[in-house]
Parts: sequence; C-alpha cells; structure tokens
Amino acid sequence: MAASGGRTVGSFLWKCGNCCFNFNTVSSNLTRQVLSRQLCVSAVLHRKNLAAAGPEKFSEEFIKKQVEEFNIGKRHLANMMGEDPETFTQGDINRSIAYLFPSGLFDKKAKPLMKHPDEVFPKQRAVQWGADGRPFHFLFYTGKQSYYSLMHDTFTKALAVEKHQDRLRGKDLFTQDAKQISLVGSRWLLKEELEELLVETISEHDYARFIQLMERLLSLPYCSVEEDFVQRYRRQLEIQSSKQQVQPLQYDQHGVAYSTGDGKQRKTATGTVLLRDSGSGSISINGTNYVHYFPVLQDREQLMFPLHFMGVLGRFDMQCSVSGGGHSSQAGALRLAISRAMLSFLSEGQVETMRQAGLLTPDPRIKERKKPGQEGARRKFTWKKR
Amino acid sequence: FLHYSLSIALPPLSYLVAQVRPLHGSGCGQQQEAVGMEMRPETFSIFRTQENDPDCQSEQHQGQYYTVPPSHFHTVFPHGLPPRYQQQVKTFNEGCVMVRQPALELISHLKRADYSKPTLRYLLYGVKGSGKTMSLCHTVHYCSTQGWLVLHIPDAHLWVKNCKELLPSSYHASRFDQPIQASNWLRNFRTTNENFLSKIKLRQRYVWTKRESTEEGQPLGELVDMGVSRVKSSSDVVGAVLKELRLQAGGTEGGFRLAVAVDGVNGLWGRTTLKKEDKSPVAPEELTLVHNLRKMINNDWCGGAVIATLSQTGSLYAPSSAYLPQELLGEEGFDSMDPFIPVPVSLYSEKEFESCYLYYLDRHWLQHPHSQTEEGKKELIFLSNRNPSVLERLCAFL
Repeated sequence: MAASGGRTVGSFLWKCGNCCFNFNTVSSNLTRQVLSRQLCVSAVLHRKNLAAAGPEKFSEEFIKKQVEEFNIGKRHLANMMGEDPETFTQGDINRSIAYLFPSGLFDKKAKPLMKHPDEVFPKQRAVQWGADGRPFHFLFYTGKQSYYSLMHDTFTKALAVEKHQDRLRGKDLFTQDAKQISLVGSRWLLKEELEELLVETISEHDYARFIQLMERLLSLPYCSVEEDFVQRYRRQLEIQSSKQQVQPLQYDQHGVAYSTGDGKQRKTATGTVLLRDSGSGSISINGTNYVHYFPVLQDREQLMFPLHFMGVLGRFDMQCSVSGGGHSSQAGALRLAISRAMLSFLSEGQVETMRQAGLLTPDPRIKERKKPGQEGARRKFTWKKR
Repeated sequence: FLHYSLSIALPPLSYLVAQVRPLHGSGCGQQQEAVGMEMRPETFSIFRTQENDPDCQSEQHQGQYYTVPPSHFHTVFPHGLPPRYQQQVKTFNEGCVMVRQPALELISHLKRADYSKPTLRYLLYGVKGSGKTMSLCHTVHYCSTQGWLVLHIPDAHLWVKNCKELLPSSYHASRFDQPIQASNWLRNFRTTNENFLSKIKLRQRYVWTKRESTEEGQPLGELVDMGVSRVKSSSDVVGAVLKELRLQAGGTEGGFRLAVAVDGVNGLWGRTTLKKEDKSPVAPEELTLVHNLRKMINNDWCGGAVIATLSQTGSLYAPSSAYLPQELLGEEGFDSMDPFIPVPVSLYSEKEFESCYLYYLDRHWLQHPHSQTEEGKKELIFLSNRNPSVLERLCAFL
C-alpha cells in the first residue's frame, strides 16, 4: 500500500520534473493572494499562451489514466496519514505532501506537489480533423472556431429570448419588470480567462465584440431565461473587507477599554501597540517619548495618519514596542499595528474606509535580491568598452 | 495716511491695523480706525500682557507673552539668546518672551533670597527643547532691570570645543589660554554692563608684561578694554575680572548684586575635544577660562546668585536622551554644584500651547489655511507633543 502510494506520488513528481514549470498550478495561483493592486485577480495573466503550445502532447486516454491514478493515490495518501479517504480535501493533500516531502527550496513552484491532472496538465485542443482530413467543426476554416461558435450560440440565445418575448406579447403577458439577472458583485471574464476557456487566441477587438453581444443579451427584459448561460461567463468579485478579523474590545480593571495591535511586519521591522481609550494622546515607544524616538517629522506623521484619518487624535494613549529595521520601517510597522488595534473601536463602515485608505494593507516591499554578475539588485558593473 | 503714521509709532500694532484695512472699503477710514482701537485690547489680552517689567509679573501672567523693549535688547542680550529665537525676533520685528512657571519661580527665589549668606545656585534642567535657555534669558532680563551686574556666559560648551588657537598660559605653566573666545566674551560683557565699568575700582595691581600693568584703583572698564585690545592676555583678564567681581559683590560700600548666568554648565566638567600638540586630550581644568569660571560657581562668595542651565545639545560625549542633572553633570560636576536648587522646565502646558499658537497666528506665521482650524491645532499638538522647539521648527514651514 505504502509502496504503491509512494510510486503514484513518485510518478507525479517525475512528471513534474519532466515537464517544464510553466504548467503552473492554476488553482493554487487563484487562491494564493497575488499582491497586485488590480481589482480582479487572476493567475491566467501569468500563464503562457495556451493555443500556441501546438498540437496535443497528451492523449485523452492518457489524461483519463492520470485522473484514475490521482484518485487512487489520494486514497492511499489518506490512509497513510490516518485520515478518512472520503473526506480528504486538496488542502489536506497539500499539507500531507509538505509533511512527507519537506523542501528547503524557496520557489513555491519548485516544491513537490500533488494536484488533479486537470490543474497540472494544461487544457489543449484535441485534433480537429478526422482520418480523412475533414475537420469536425463546421467553423474550422474561420481559424477561431471556438470563438465564432460561442458568438453564434450567444446570438441564438438572444433570438430565442426575443421569440419568447414576442410569444408573451401575443398572449398579453408581457411585463416590463420581469426578474432580472443580478450582476452585482461579479465581473465579466477577462480576455485571458476567455482565451483559456476557449483554448485559442482571440484579439482585443474580438473580446470587445463578445462583451458587446453579452451586454445586448442582458438588455432584453426577459434575459433571465438564459441566466445559466450568462453566469458561466461571469466571475464573482471577492469582498475584501470581510476577510478582516476584528478582535473584540478588552477591558482592564478600571473599566478602561484597550486593545492590542499584533506585531506587524514592514521590511523586517515588527511592532506591537497597546491602545488605551480615554487617554490624553501620549505615546511611548520602547519606554521613551515618541518625540525623542522619532526625531524625524515624517515618522511622526506616519504614526499620526490612522488617528487623524479617523479624527480621534487626542483620545487614545499608546504603548508601543518596536524592533528591527530602520526608523522608516519601524514607523510603518507601528502605523499598521495602530490601524489594526483601532479596528475594535470602529464600526463596519469605518473599517471599510480604513481598508480603502490602505491603512490595513501590509506593505509587501522588501529588499530586492542581489543578482550575480551585477553589483546590486539593478545596478550593473561599470561597462568598459575594452 | 493716518494708518501709516500709526504703524510707524507702534510697531506691534501695525499688523492689526494693516489687517483691518483691506476688509472694508477705503471710504470709511475713520470708522475702521475706531473698530481697530476697540479690537486691540481683546485680541491682546488672551496671550499677551502689557506688563513688560519682569519685576511685576506674577502667576496671573503665566502663559502670556511680554515684549522686551527694543532698547534693552542689544544691551542685555548681545550674545545670550538661542540662534533660532534671534531669527524669530528679526522676522517678527519684536522680541516676545512667554512668562512661564520656571522663570517665575526663579525670580521669586531671587527676590526673597538673603544676600549676606553664601550664594545660592539654581539649576534649570529639562528635556531638549523645553525652554531652559529662554527661562534663563528671562531671569537675566529681570536681573538687569533690577540693576544687577550680569555675568552671562552664553554657552560654556563653546569654550571646550572648536577652539582654533590654544596658547600656553603666561600666568600658569600647565594651563592653556583661548584668546579668541575670551576677547569675544569680554566685548559682550562690556556691552551688557556699561554703567558698572566705571563704578567698580580694582583692588589689586595686575602685571601683564614687563611694561604693562594695571594699577590699583583703576576702573574696571580699563581692564576690560585692555583685555579686548590685547588679545593674547585676554584669558587672564577674564580671570582677573571674575576675581574682582567676586571680591566686591557683597561689599557694603557701593555694593552691587552679581548674577552669574551660565548656559550649558555641564560643559565645564565633561571632556573637551581640544588636543595639545602631542595629540593628548586637554582636560577642562587645564583651560584658564574654565578654571576661573569654576571658581565663580563655587559658593564661597556672597552677594549674588548663580543661575545655570544644563544643555545636552552642545554637550560632548553625552547621549541624546540624557537630561537629568546627574547624567549630564557627571560625578565631579554634581559634587561641585551640590547643594543647588533644581528647577525643572517642562513642556508647554495646554494654556501655554494655546497662547503660543495664538501668537503665531497673530504674527501671521502660520500661513497654511488648515493650520488655523481646530483639526490643524490637534495635529500640531500631536506632532510636536507640546515641545516648544519642535513646535517652532514645525511652524517654520507652515
């Protein structure tokens, strides 16, 4: 059991070692927090062009076999770890693999992984023509068969909706306020996501036409008939602020409310803050007064920012402790800690405004690695002509 | 035209009068003036006081600004004020000092002290930028208005560092002279105490070189002039002056009170940055000026007071967080200064901060529109933590 389990995992590992690592794990990328400032997050932006990969490298039976092997291997792994094979989720798999094969590598993509073959092997086009050379799809000679077939399907649906409307008008059952599709909290597929779905390249013009057609479909009053079809091409937006964990207020022996901001990192500086309510606005950092600890005005302004933003400047007393980094990063770490500590005193709407102001986002910038052959991270050695 | 003549006569009021004018049309000139006259007492009374004599100031004036008369400025303070304050005086065209609790305490002590007993020593201490030097200058102003002889050493640290010339002393073999510093100080001393120079007579004969000597009975002014002109022996002149004043201070015939005001007194007992020719460090005792000054600070004479300030800003080899007397004076200094009366100088209280803020507003120093709001004031309080010097630097670019 263990041996076969090891073999299946091993075969996966061999596969991973074989193919080059641009076959990223899509799901891990989608769930991992890609720290970019765009609203829509999608890892397909980082993937290579699928359609340009060429004819398929893996046949359908091969993929099916891989799927079976994966499922068996999953059950074996669950047995190995002493868990129930029926309720063994992907998260459990990841944890077990990290436990069984600890890796000291830094690159996440280089570590051993075990995922469903659909996520590991990219989607690819099956062979488009039969043994006699005749293509299967009637739109093959347009060059973008999936895209044009999708456009035709959409238009067919639009026509069907209009026909439905005409029938209703004929029966005098036509009402303007029919049930509409709710579009709040979702967005259209990105161009790259659409390309991935169709497994072929489309141009920006094509993408724009597709969105236009969908909007036209949505403009019809009775489009809710085709709601499933439309929702297939929309993605939900994650509501960011609901991820914020707000700790409840704690009260000390005198009945004064206080809350702590946990240690926040900014570029190797960590800071913790104890906020006390009904104070006079005095701040002590590592035992000294903040005017002496941060002689630079900029650092004190950073400390002031969350309090001033919420308009509670003279209300809180603070005891902070900070270590590591330089004065600027310590000020940034303290600012984050103060914002976090303040959350328990604020209402939901104010939390949202703070998040949008960027007070609750940890700053991801760290020192860039120095590369060999260069003097620093970006600076090259002096160029000499000869 | 009436406005302009008024503005020439009374400089502090010019701003207010000029302010009133653009608000109304130029037609109603007489009415504007009347309005201006009425407005003046109200705006002044909150943070200014008309009591310009330090003698008459009391606790009710605490937190308010009084104006030092321009005539006193150059005589009393040729060298004593902090440089930033001097710039502020030049900008605002007037010298306003806030009446604060440490200065009031000192002045009340000076009023009640018994001058037949050995001198009392007062030490002003506090965190950096809390107003020690300004309190010292306030007290010096009081002393000079009362007719005391003021011996004001602006910064004792200037004598223990950055000295270009070090001459071996002619008087004492192992000591060193600092001619430039000594002659500068003598010049300022002469400006401060003009009227005393002719009154005090020397009690001893001083021989400078084979050909030069100052006889007994000569006025002090001659000695000082000689020190200013003959730069080489100026340090010894300083020593002689100090000795004479010490002897004559408590005297019954033509007695005067002597106020020794030293800023940065911790410099006298620390280390110096000066080096001898063989690169060995110079101890403070080996400098003539320091040696003589230490003798002044000893309380073996009577008829005056010693007011000193600790200063970390110019001090050498002291950590920036140190402000207590023990830390800054060191053991040796503390033993010499002991017993002394410590006077702590704290940061601005709420009332004092309020009046400083209103003063800056009145002088149109705070130009930014946001700083005139309540919110801006809260921000200023936060960023400066009511530290006077920090607040001043902050407002400088607003």
